Amino acid sequence: MRLSRLSFTDAFERIKFHRRLADDRGSAVPSVLLAVLLAALVAVTVYIFAARIYGPPAAITSLGLRIDRQYDLTLYVTGVAFILAQLGLGYAILRFRDRGQRAHFTRGSTIAEVLWTSVTIVAFVGLGIAGSKAWAEMRFTPASRDSVQVEVTTTQFVYTFRYPGADGKFGRLDASLVNAPAGNPLGLDPNDALGRDDVVVPILTVPVNRPVELLLRSQDVIHNFFVRELRLQQDAVPGMVIPIHFTADRIGRYEIVCTQLCGLGHYKMHSFMDVVSESDYEQFLKRQAALQ
Amino acid sequence: MSSPARDVHATSEAPNSFVRRYIFSSDHKVVGLQYFFLALTAVTIGILLSLLMRFHLVWPAAHLPFVAGGIMEPEQYLALVTMHGTLMVFFVLTVAPQSAFGNYFLPIQIGAPDMAFPKLNMLSFWLTFTAFLCMIAAFCVRGGAPISGWTAYPPLTGLGEITGPGEGPGQTLWIVSILIFCFASLLGSVNFIATVIDMRAPGMTMMRMPLTVWAWLVTAILTLLAFSVLLAGGILLLLDRSAGTSFFLPAGLVVNGELQSRSGGSPLLWQHLFWFFGHPEVYIAILPGMGAISHILANFSRKPVFGYRVMAATLCAIGFLGFLIWGHHMFVSGMNPYSGLAFSLLTLSIGVPSAVKTFNWLGTLWGGKIQFHSPMLFAIGFVSFFVTGGLSGIFLAQPALDATLHATYYVVGHFHLVMGVASIFGIFAATYYWFPKMFGRMMNETLAKLHFWLTFAGAYCIFMPMHFVGIAGGIRRYADWTGANYLAALQPLHRFMTVAAFITAAAQIIFFCNLFRSLAKGARAPANPWNATTLEWITTSPPPFDNFGGRYPRVYRGPYEYSVPGASQDFLPQNLSAEEIARDKDSQDAG
Repeated sequence: MRLSRLSFTDAFERIKFHRRLADDRGSAVPSVLLAVLLAALVAVTVYIFAARIYGPPAAITSLGLRIDRQYDLTLYVTGVAFILAQLGLGYAILRFRDRGQRAHFTRGSTIAEVLWTSVTIVAFVGLGIAGSKAWAEMRFTPASRDSVQVEVTTTQFVYTFRYPGADGKFGRLDASLVNAPAGNPLGLDPNDALGRDDVVVPILTVPVNRPVELLLRSQDVIHNFFVRELRLQQDAVPGMVIPIHFTADRIGRYEIVCTQLCGLGHYKMHSFMDVVSESDYEQFLKRQAALQ
Repeated sequence: MSSPARDVHATSEAPNSFVRRYIFSSDHKVVGLQYFFLALTAVTIGILLSLLMRFHLVWPAAHLPFVAGGIMEPEQYLALVTMHGTLMVFFVLTVAPQSAFGNYFLPIQIGAPDMAFPKLNMLSFWLTFTAFLCMIAAFCVRGGAPISGWTAYPPLTGLGEITGPGEGPGQTLWIVSILIFCFASLLGSVNFIATVIDMRAPGMTMMRMPLTVWAWLVTAILTLLAFSVLLAGGILLLLDRSAGTSFFLPAGLVVNGELQSRSGGSPLLWQHLFWFFGHPEVYIAILPGMGAISHILANFSRKPVFGYRVMAATLCAIGFLGFLIWGHHMFVSGMNPYSGLAFSLLTLSIGVPSAVKTFNWLGTLWGGKIQFHSPMLFAIGFVSFFVTGGLSGIFLAQPALDATLHATYYVVGHFHLVMGVASIFGIFAATYYWFPKMFGRMMNETLAKLHFWLTFAGAYCIFMPMHFVGIAGGIRRYADWTGANYLAALQPLHRFMTVAAFITAAAQIIFFCNLFRSLAKGARAPANPWNATTLEWITTSPPPFDNFGGRYPRVYRGPYEYSVPGASQDFLPQNLSAEEIARDKDSQDAG
């Protein structure tokens, strides 16, 4: 074999080596084992997703249901791609393992390239366009004018919720007046009449079936507001007031967690959202107004 | 040609002194090996940190002998999160595929004696090493290592110790280390680009370059553009911390009850700068792996790479699109939701060249004569992980779905599979493939295969369940599950992942034993053990100081001429001329 033009230092080693390579050939073990592993991966993954063993709790907004449908659609498309790709890989390594045959010489295929490029563009970008409706409903449209407004202030490692009170207007805040031990965690300006009836509480209470707008702000570092049942997550960023909105349609207590790394107490930063009937909500506002 | 590299290698003799030869060496092969062993050191530390994390997540009350105070505090857990991510992303996934293998093999594969700027190359390594020491030092200072994650979002990172332990000197060291690393990477990338443009052997046209070289070139361009932005951002963050500026700090911050006297900055600005670097960084980690496994799949399928031009073009397309999609990390950050939609569609578009690459890898295997040597097994593993992790990204690319999955373990599972495990499999494939060339000895194939089976199954057992935890709402970067009521239900999955992590980590001991045993006792490697075609295989194992012993190759053909019809053997080296083939045929016919 002159072709490789190599000045091998040790011809004997070379012969020994290639004999060993030849021994490796023909053994079906690696190709069969790998194909079996790939098939097992597909079987287990498809089973866990199809049986819906793990998932979030039921959504409590109509937007949440729409998001769940988009999730399902994405799951079907990616699921088909996953199954075809992994099993295709397994099939190729089973079928084309070295049995001493000559490889089929080809440099590629323009038709195949055009075909699979087009299919993936349609599948992936199509999914994105389909999903953009839910995103638009969540973020492009502002909250309706009759929304219940609640301000959410985050600080290491607590949530504080403020209701505007009977006047429907939030009082002025002043960062220099913030003093949590003295009972003014938000820095409410006592000289502002609008703020006198503001209600400040550690747990969020909202009425069922009414649009709610939350105004997210943060005092110190970036935090997040996440309720799984709302399918809604938003960072609270210092220096910004970020509005989000939703209409919850099921009474109950839901957990609010922080998902943005905010310091050593990050994992403990949580609160609750109580979705209550209209009459319970009125009761809550009255009781709180009396307490302030 | 009168490049510095030619001058360094004017004589084909290596320097005699030990220091100039093995420590402050300007030989690209030595520099490559230095990067390789640096990455091995970093990955060992990174794995140990992740084991501590996995252990703590399942048994938070257990006494750990090497944790100060015995029981791990939440800030210690977050320090592990930060340092694991930082070491792995920067000192393993950036260093090993590009700086280590790229340095060693790029010049040889294009038929050059060295990199274009050998001394700059040496400087790059020693700066990276300094950055590494600086990063490790963060463990040893007051307050310990930073707790802000590898993304270091201000204001948490912009104000010093007041925001938490680790945010004092630890965070400063972290930033300084990253700045040095950025600088070193910029020097390295300039060197790579100049080498590819200027140092190719006669006949080595761009379209005859191995796909590894294409990948290293595109990665070097990404490095140049991305790390320069991180360098600038890092300097601004350091100024915010130490000079009282407010690039990332808005007015009215009240931290721990104290009003801060800053104003005018924007926390989101950091996120834009960081992710403008951070997203291309993902491709910096994975593109060289893509190049290497394209190379290896062709070699062990005994077939040309299916769609070579498409493979080169998709590397470029991924590199280009990679700069337009950083905003998908920021869907819920408070960024304008309309830009969220634009970033979403662009992100889904980058799935197209990625999927096309996968199809071409399958096309390369199809009809082949597949030989299951260990590099090939790892290359096939890469394809499987890349498919799985890539497809789970289709969910995250949609902002409406990301609003539920963001910052959950789903994201952790996704990026570990697609950029972590896939890249690591690329590194393993490259190590098993090129070890004979780098060290002149073969690795033990039985141990290599055992390592593959355990790691392949183990990595899936660790990172697939993370997706399930995330779908159920398990939040990442939580020191334990006691903070939110619903998390306790996810603990069985966490226990499973922790056990899988320990078994998989143990399997890496097999790799290290094999590596070090083979260094000393492996069978002598021939020059071309895999019957491969590219220029690194026409020289001795290991190559001489000037790579080709003074006889520089001329290139006559493309890089993947396997099983060419009519040829008398199933591989045609790139330096083989048509006349030589004809002569060989004649002599065979005569014989």
